[in-house]
Amino acid sequence: MFMSSDIATPGTTPERHIVQPGDAQHPIVLSTEDLHVFYGDKEALSEGDLKFARNQITALIGASGSGKSTFLRSLNRMNDRIATVKGRIMYRGVDINQPDIDVYEMRRRIGMVFQRPNPFAKSIYDNIAFALRLRGITAKNKLDEIVETSLRQAALWDQVKDELDKSALALSGGQAQRLCIARAIAVKPDVLLLDEPASALDPVSTSQLEDTLLKLKQHYTIIIVTHNMQQAARISEYTAFFNQGRVLEYDTTSQIFTNPQVQVTSDYVSGNFG
Amino acid sequence: MNSKVQNKIAIGVLYGIAGLVVLILLALVGYILVSGLPKVSWHFLTTPAKAFLKGGGIGIQLFNSFYLLILAMLISFPIALGAAIYLYEYAKDNWVTNLVRTAIEILSSLPSVVVGLFGFLFFVVKLRLGFSILSGAFALTFFNLPLLTRSIEDSLHTIDDKQREGGLALGLSRWETVTRVILPAAVPSILTGVILSAGRVFGEAAALIYTAGQSAPALNFMDWNPFNISSPLNPMRPAETLAVHIWKINSEGIMPDAKAISSGSSAVLVIAILLFNLAARYLGKRLYKRLTSA
Repeated sequence: MFMSSDIATPGTTPERHIVQPGDAQHPIVLSTEDLHVFYGDKEALSEGDLKFARNQITALIGASGSGKSTFLRSLNRMNDRIATVKGRIMYRGVDINQPDIDVYEMRRRIGMVFQRPNPFAKSIYDNIAFALRLRGITAKNKLDEIVETSLRQAALWDQVKDELDKSALALSGGQAQRLCIARAIAVKPDVLLLDEPASALDPVSTSQLEDTLLKLKQHYTIIIVTHNMQQAARISEYTAFFNQGRVLEYDTTSQIFTNPQVQVTSDYVSGNFG
Repeated sequence: MNSKVQNKIAIGVLYGIAGLVVLILLALVGYILVSGLPKVSWHFLTTPAKAFLKGGGIGIQLFNSFYLLILAMLISFPIALGAAIYLYEYAKDNWVTNLVRTAIEILSSLPSVVVGLFGFLFFVVKLRLGFSILSGAFALTFFNLPLLTRSIEDSLHTIDDKQREGGLALGLSRWETVTRVILPAAVPSILTGVILSAGRVFGEAAALIYTAGQSAPALNFMDWNPFNISSPLNPMRPAETLAVHIWKINSEGIMPDAKAISSGSSAVLVIAILLFNLAARYLGKRLYKRLTSA
């Protein structure tokens, strides 16, 4: 009950604690430098600089309004029309937060899955295939192959293989969300951003989704915003704790949950927050 | 008085108001149908009108109404679609957009007789199109454009923003997202709006009196060359529509059965508009079903 406040004496814990992730097998793919996000005049994110290691899952946790979703949505510039994003977002050596970057091409490399499943009002097959057709992949057998691999990777193939021409809007929430993941990975991204992908799902679907993410890790770099701390603990290698528009702590997930360095992190992960 | 009684009284009053509205509608439609339907026959629907004698029909007027409707829709739909897409999907919220929106609002509240007189001065006189189907179609476009734009904008509004984000997150451009994701999903609702506005256009008279004209020259329904003057397809011929015909018979009709023809025409007009409304509902529902569950 009183654990963290008992142990820590005021002034002995650092205000921020940020480690460098990654190693030789997991080099840094994406990082932000001096990133600031404004909604109008209001600064929603400052001191939010992070690096992300390849083929690892990084969880972004924090209370509502702490800036974690804002941060995530800035990474592939989904906030372009809503917010002002200043600073550098380095993706494989290129600053993608510049006006002359082809955002559409960039988003094919840095895909995104949203909080609520948003399948298109098309058949299951077309949900995946239509973006590929727009990119010039029109051969039927090639499309069939990509649709199948994507659905298999998203662990949905066995449930829908006989009804690919059915409307995607008839799928259950969990299935729809996995379809959205299949759709995102079909365009062969490098990084996958997920914004609370399980928050609208029941526990069974959530656990299936987590299994899927753990398998996807070998192909993609995954960054996931979650409200569910158990989820962060179960699936991620690294965890960043956001508080009031700043990253207060960034470390390996086991460190964050067993031995947090910053008082506020400790309060948050132990449920003593607020 | 306790809140339960209050609630009951409120519900009673609201039921009463709703019932009154339905009653007025039923009385109106019922009267028009009862007095007009006996006149309606295949002969009445297909023969040309007569100026002085008994037994004329509304064949040409009926054809004119549909032809004008189709032409007006062909002109106004692409413009309205483009305007709505621009306003809803692209335009930033600034003074230009506000100006356009205000202009549309004002245009949509313009009395149709003003639109008609403007059409007369501009298309008929200035552009020398004369009293013609084309002048009428342009006037109807002015009449229809703001309403249709608003209705398409509303349709786009019903599509969840998550769908737009979904498209953009796949690396689609805004244009690709709009044309491949948003428009297909909005088709049922857009179609409903188009058909409903078609009903309004079909019944419009004031905007056409001085543009499409009040005469219906004889047509040769065997001649489909739009450049011949007696061809039904010729867009430069004057064309009295059904709604205008009703107005005209009632103000200056001198045929002996003027009253019966007017009643019959009104019944046909009302039935046509009812059919438009029913078709809009039916098609909208069916398309929506097809899109949401195969």
